[in-house]
Amino acid sequence: MNPTIEKAFHHVGKWINILLKVLVIICVAFPFVWIISTSFKTFPETQIFPPTLIPESLRWENYANALASMPFFKYLRNSLFVAFSVLVLQYIIIIPAAYGFARGKFKGKGLLFGIVLLGFMIPQQVTFVPIYMMFSKMGLLRTFIPLIAPFMANAFGIFLLRQFFMQIPEEIIEAARLDSASSFKILWRIMIPMAKSSVFTIGLLSFISNWNSYFWPLIMTSTDDFRTLPIGVSMLIDSEGQKMWNELMAGNMLLIIPILIIYLVANKQIRKAFTYSGIK
Amino acid sequence: MSSITLTNVKKVYGEDVIIPDLNLVIEDGSFTVLVGPSGCGKSTTLRMIAGLEGPTSGNIYIDDQDVVNVAPGKRGIAMVFQNYALYPTMTVKQNIEFGLVNKKVPKAEREKLIKEVCEIVGLEKYLSRKPGQLSGGQRQRVALARAMVKKPKVFLMDEPLSNLDAKLRAAMRVELIQLHKRLGTTFIYVTHDQVEAMSMGDNIVLMDKGIIMQRSSPRDMYNDPQNVYTAQFIGTPPMNIVRDLLLDNYSIGFRPEKITLNPDAGEDMFRIKGHVMTKEHLGSEINYSITTEYGLVMAKLEQEVADDCDVMIGVDYANLYIFDQNDNRTELDANIKKALIAVSAQ
Repeated sequence: MNPTIEKAFHHVGKWINILLKVLVIICVAFPFVWIISTSFKTFPETQIFPPTLIPESLRWENYANALASMPFFKYLRNSLFVAFSVLVLQYIIIIPAAYGFARGKFKGKGLLFGIVLLGFMIPQQVTFVPIYMMFSKMGLLRTFIPLIAPFMANAFGIFLLRQFFMQIPEEIIEAARLDSASSFKILWRIMIPMAKSSVFTIGLLSFISNWNSYFWPLIMTSTDDFRTLPIGVSMLIDSEGQKMWNELMAGNMLLIIPILIIYLVANKQIRKAFTYSGIK
Repeated sequence: MSSITLTNVKKVYGEDVIIPDLNLVIEDGSFTVLVGPSGCGKSTTLRMIAGLEGPTSGNIYIDDQDVVNVAPGKRGIAMVFQNYALYPTMTVKQNIEFGLVNKKVPKAEREKLIKEVCEIVGLEKYLSRKPGQLSGGQRQRVALARAMVKKPKVFLMDEPLSNLDAKLRAAMRVELIQLHKRLGTTFIYVTHDQVEAMSMGDNIVLMDKGIIMQRSSPRDMYNDPQNVYTAQFIGTPPMNIVRDLLLDNYSIGFRPEKITLNPDAGEDMFRIKGHVMTKEHLGSEINYSITTEYGLVMAKLEQEVADDCDVMIGVDYANLYIFDQNDNRTELDANIKKALIAVSAQ
C-alpha cells in the first residue's frame, strides 16, 4: 500500500478509536453526572422540561434533608456491619477452599467443585423464598444473620482464587515443603502474598455487591434496626407523599461515596488484578 | 554429610512403571550425577530422595535411617530446582531465611548463617531485593544460598543450570565444583546433559527407563563403557557401532576421535572402506560422515582429507570395543581378533 494512504488510514483509525472511547465514557458516566446534577437541584427544577444538566444553584439542603428524613447513621452502621462481616467470613471460607480445590488431592474433588459452581449459577430469585422460610422457622428474621449467612461462601471468589492458585508453580510449594513449612504457612506466607491482587479484587467485588445489595435486605428485614443503606435511601421516594427526586439522588450520592473513595484509593490495585498476566 | 541408600525402589504412575527396581548407594561426600534422557527416572529418583514423592515400594535410607515416611523438611536435605523456585513476594534475605525461621533458629544465629552463605555466593549487595529484580545467575545464587544456609547433609540439584545461558552455565559449573570441594557434603545432581555430567561428577549414574545402565567415574564412562547404550550416550558424536560384521550378532564399536583415515599400509589396524559424504569444520577438528557397506561412520579428527572421496578407515585393535548379542561389552579375545582380521579390508 502507498505509504501516504497507509498513514491516512492509521490516522483515521486513531480518531475512530478515540471517538469510540469517548462514547463509552459518556454512556458510563452520564448516569453518574445525572445523579450529581439532580442531587443539587430544587424540586421544581427536577420536574421541568427540557431537563437541565447543570443545576441553577447548588442546593446543599437536599443532602441535609436526606440525612434528616431517615435514620442515616443507623443504616450506615448496619450496612458497614453487614458488608464487613460478609467480607471477613468470605475470606475465611474462600481462601482455604480455593487452596483445597487448587492443590489438594482428594476423592470427589471434581464433583464438589461442580456443586460449588452450581451454587454460583442459581439466581437469588429462585432461592429467596425457601431461605426466607427457613430463617423464619429458625426465628432468625430479626437478626443480621439472614443478611450475612447466605453470602459467606462466594463461589465466584473460590473459582477466581482457585484459578490463580493453580498457576503457582509446583516447585515453589515443594521448595517451601523442603523448608519445613506447614500447609498453613505455605498458604499464608507464600500463596496469599502471591495472590494478593486476586484476594483484594474478590474482597472489593464482594464488598461492593453487598454494599449495593437491595433485593435481599428488602425481603429479609422488616425493621429499621436491621435495614441497610440502600433500603433507607429507596424509602426516601415516598417520604412526603411525592417523589422528591432531588433528595433521593442526594441520598444515592451518600450511598455511593464510600465505593467511590475505595475506587480512588485502590485504583491501581484494581487494574493490576484484572490485567495480571501470570508470574514471572 | 551422609550416604544415601536406595534398596529395591519401585515407582509406578498409574499403568506406567517409571522405575522397576532400583538399587543404588551414594557415598558420603561424593558428587554423584544422575544422567539420562528425559523420562529415564533420574528426576523421579531425586524427588523420592527429597521426599516430594514416595516410592511405590522399597526403602530409602539417609545414613542408617529409613526416611520413606519422614517429611521432606525433616530429612536434612536441601534442593535446588531448575526454575529456582524462589518465593517471589519475599526479598532475597527472606527467601534464604524462610527455612531457618520455620525451624525456629534464633535470630542472631540466622543473621550469622545468612551472612556466611551470602559471602560465599556473593549476594551481600542484593539482600533487600525481590527475585524479580535479579538476573538469572543471581537468582540461581539465591537458590543455592537458600539450600546452603540450612547446612544440609545432602544437596539435591535438579538441572540447576539449564535455565542459564551457555557462558554463565560454564562459569556456574566451575563454581559448583568448588562449592562441593569446600563444603565436602554429598551432592546429587540431575542432568540430561552428558557434558555437564562428565565435567562435574566424580561419580556418574547413567539411567535409561528407570534402570541403571552404568555407574562409574567419568573416565571409565568414556574409556570403559559396559554396554552399547553407555558407549553411545557419552561422547559427541557418539561411538560408532558396526553391526552385521561379526558372527553371532556381535557388534564392534569405536570412537569417532580414535579413527585414522587412510592409514599406512604396514600398520596393524582394523580397516573398513568408506566414502566421505560430508565434512564439518569445527575449528580445531573436522567431523566427517563416511558411508560404508555397514552403514554410516562418524569421524572426528584433526587430519584433513578431500570431500567426496573414497577413504580407508583405520582403527587400532586396542581402540575397538566388542559387544555381544545383548549389547553388553565383552572381551576382544583371540578368536574375535582372528574374525576381525578376516573381515578387515585390505
